[in-house]
Amino acid sequence: MSVVTLTVNGQDVAVPAGASLLEATRAAEANVPTLCHLEGLTPVSACRLCLVEVEGSSKLLPACSTAAAEGMVVHTHTPRLREYRRMTVELIFAEGNHVCAVCVANTHCELQDMAVTVGMDHSRFPYQYPQRLVDATHPQFTLDHNRCILCTRCVRVCDEIEGAHVWDIGSRGGQCHIVAGLDEPWGQVQACTSCGKCVDVCPTGALFRNSDTTAEKQPNTTLPALLRTAREQRRWHNQ
Amino acid sequence: MPVTPQLRCCDASGCRSAGGQALRRALEEARDAAGLTAEALAIKPVGCLRLCGSGPLVACDGPGPSQLFGGVAPEHAGALIAASVAANDGSAAVSDDPLAAHRLDLSDPFFALQQPVVLEGCGQVNPESIDDAIAFGTYAQLHRVLQELTPEQVRDEVRRSGLRGRGGAGYPTGLKWDTVALQPPGPRYVVCNADEGDPGAFMDRSVLESDPHRLIEGMAIAAYAVGAERGFVYVRAEYPLAIERLRLALQQARSRHLLGNHIDGTSFNLRLEVRVGAGAYVCGEETALLLSIQGQRGMPQPRPPFPAQSGLWGAPTLINNVETFTAVPAILRQGGHWYAGIGTEHSKGTKVFALSGAVVNTGLVEVPMGTPLRTVVEVIGGGVPDGSPIKAVQTGGPSGGCIPAERLDTPVDYESLLELGSMMGSGGMVVMGASTSMPEVARHFMGFSVNESCGKCVPCRAGTVQLAQLLDRFVEHRATPADMERLDALCQMVKVTSLCGLGQSAPNPVLSTLRWFRHEYEAACREPAACVAAGGVER
Repeated sequence: MSVVTLTVNGQDVAVPAGASLLEATRAAEANVPTLCHLEGLTPVSACRLCLVEVEGSSKLLPACSTAAAEGMVVHTHTPRLREYRRMTVELIFAEGNHVCAVCVANTHCELQDMAVTVGMDHSRFPYQYPQRLVDATHPQFTLDHNRCILCTRCVRVCDEIEGAHVWDIGSRGGQCHIVAGLDEPWGQVQACTSCGKCVDVCPTGALFRNSDTTAEKQPNTTLPALLRTAREQRRWHNQ
Repeated sequence: MPVTPQLRCCDASGCRSAGGQALRRALEEARDAAGLTAEALAIKPVGCLRLCGSGPLVACDGPGPSQLFGGVAPEHAGALIAASVAANDGSAAVSDDPLAAHRLDLSDPFFALQQPVVLEGCGQVNPESIDDAIAFGTYAQLHRVLQELTPEQVRDEVRRSGLRGRGGAGYPTGLKWDTVALQPPGPRYVVCNADEGDPGAFMDRSVLESDPHRLIEGMAIAAYAVGAERGFVYVRAEYPLAIERLRLALQQARSRHLLGNHIDGTSFNLRLEVRVGAGAYVCGEETALLLSIQGQRGMPQPRPPFPAQSGLWGAPTLINNVETFTAVPAILRQGGHWYAGIGTEHSKGTKVFALSGAVVNTGLVEVPMGTPLRTVVEVIGGGVPDGSPIKAVQTGGPSGGCIPAERLDTPVDYESLLELGSMMGSGGMVVMGASTSMPEVARHFMGFSVNESCGKCVPCRAGTVQLAQLLDRFVEHRATPADMERLDALCQMVKVTSLCGLGQSAPNPVLSTLRWFRHEYEAACREPAACVAAGGVER
């Protein structure tokens, strides 16, 4: 196996050739934050939280979808990156209706954790209070658009792992929202296998089990990676 | 030039909207009434005659120099026919010329300073006739290329020309062609980006409506040079006439075996198709455009991989703008050195601009790169109609910026415009007079970006919404010094962190007006004095 070596925050790391910058930063324990990225799913570089500075590149590069290359010099927590990350999280909070106190995902929410990670104590941007709906037509699960941050993990896990492609995105810009089937009520989408993978990978309380109430959601975000290795390498978790 | 007496009537969208079709019918009737046959006096529909603002335009060719008439109503048809007969007889013009008010001076800088390369055939050929195009020389270079040149030689010539992408970013065309050609063996595609979406830009539409065969020739040459056998032209649905003419042109080219299998008796095959966009501005971004062609949601993808490596269905894909492809036949005919001789050191050749806004001469201009902006807007464009000074020129649409009057002596090329905080963009140029409020301009463009953001990445989706609301506060005179800081910071953040070019350039209209017209933002605060004190005047 060929290996590339690079420097992350002054620390030399070696990763397998073909690994992403994100894997390299993790090898260096640099704690680059991510929201849309999930091990086992195709990276989409949508949340922009994993942007890092690479010397010699005039642009900030998303660590999740940039390949680590020999000799790269990477900085993950420069002052401007910290500032941009905080602004990004503030924008996400201001864009939706995130009310932790009544949320199923309270204390198990990646967005909530992210606010702590980037040091956001309040949003400098005015809250938009958008009018959003709740889709409670599925017998087991509910989709609350108010809490959705459009990370598209549900879209990808359903398409890439479950193979059902129930979810997709409708509209554009600030009107973007997750749609089930052909923009139908979730409960009417026959392609849905009710596997619950989308619920497990959702970083917030947007997708949840109907049996869960405030602060009871227990997500399982390791599932896609496990299933992918199992299928690709025929290596199952219990072996 | 043509000796056969003829009247060329502009039949592109601009003149059509001014009544060009009714005029042509009236001319035909007047000709019949005067007892002339179509052979004696041809009335030919042609593409753009440039001065769109004075439409409908009619050009009159005869033995002498051509004459151009603008703003002609159907009731002038008889006089026009008479004038063209007079021109052909060599008889002197009538003393009380009824068309005097409509006669346009072809020695006016608007026409005299233009150098048509891409627009060579625009206004000369009938866009719906392949015979006319062939008689004008279209497809001659395709024939020569297929019979005499290897793909490498074609790419060498394009590289020598120094041509850069005319879609806005200015990537060297030759380099792009080489990148596609040198990928591992396998299928390749050529794609023409005709999803011209910038407000105030109508260059690509004019080319498609005026000379579609030239574009097809350019694409076919490109396909040969990179080894592609299939291609697409992605046109926005808002250009119905362009789509109609392009489809007709493709059909004609197929029936003449200029497209299809064994073109010109060689082993070169090419299938070209039209794909019609569905109204999303972001589909002009190349990765989103490619997804859209494949029937998927048009959303930008992280690059690399670049389309040249992995584009349509994972195959290497050459994607160029209409103007870029259309310049190729002329480059091969005259040689790369000839093209490289026009323009500046780093920006070669000519560029087509669509002039609009507060300017006397509204229309299409093609000038050498490096022409000072002042020449374009004041000499060619004729300045602001009421004679007042120009305040600013907006280039590059919602991705560009406003260039202030004091910088009008800047040469128009890729680097100089970037330095001023604007960009070349696709070529829209909107002239602004003294009464234009810059915060309002910025808000207008930000509103455009809000509507056209695809919603994939956070800074563009949520950031532009916040920027638009911040700009509202300035336009409505309720901004505070803190808003000024927030505006600065958020613009920078959206610019640096967005995923694609749309988001990265969305703050440009704000940043450039903040840079050159900061005092207007300060004056737009609720307490202007406080804003000035807090922000300071930076230039």
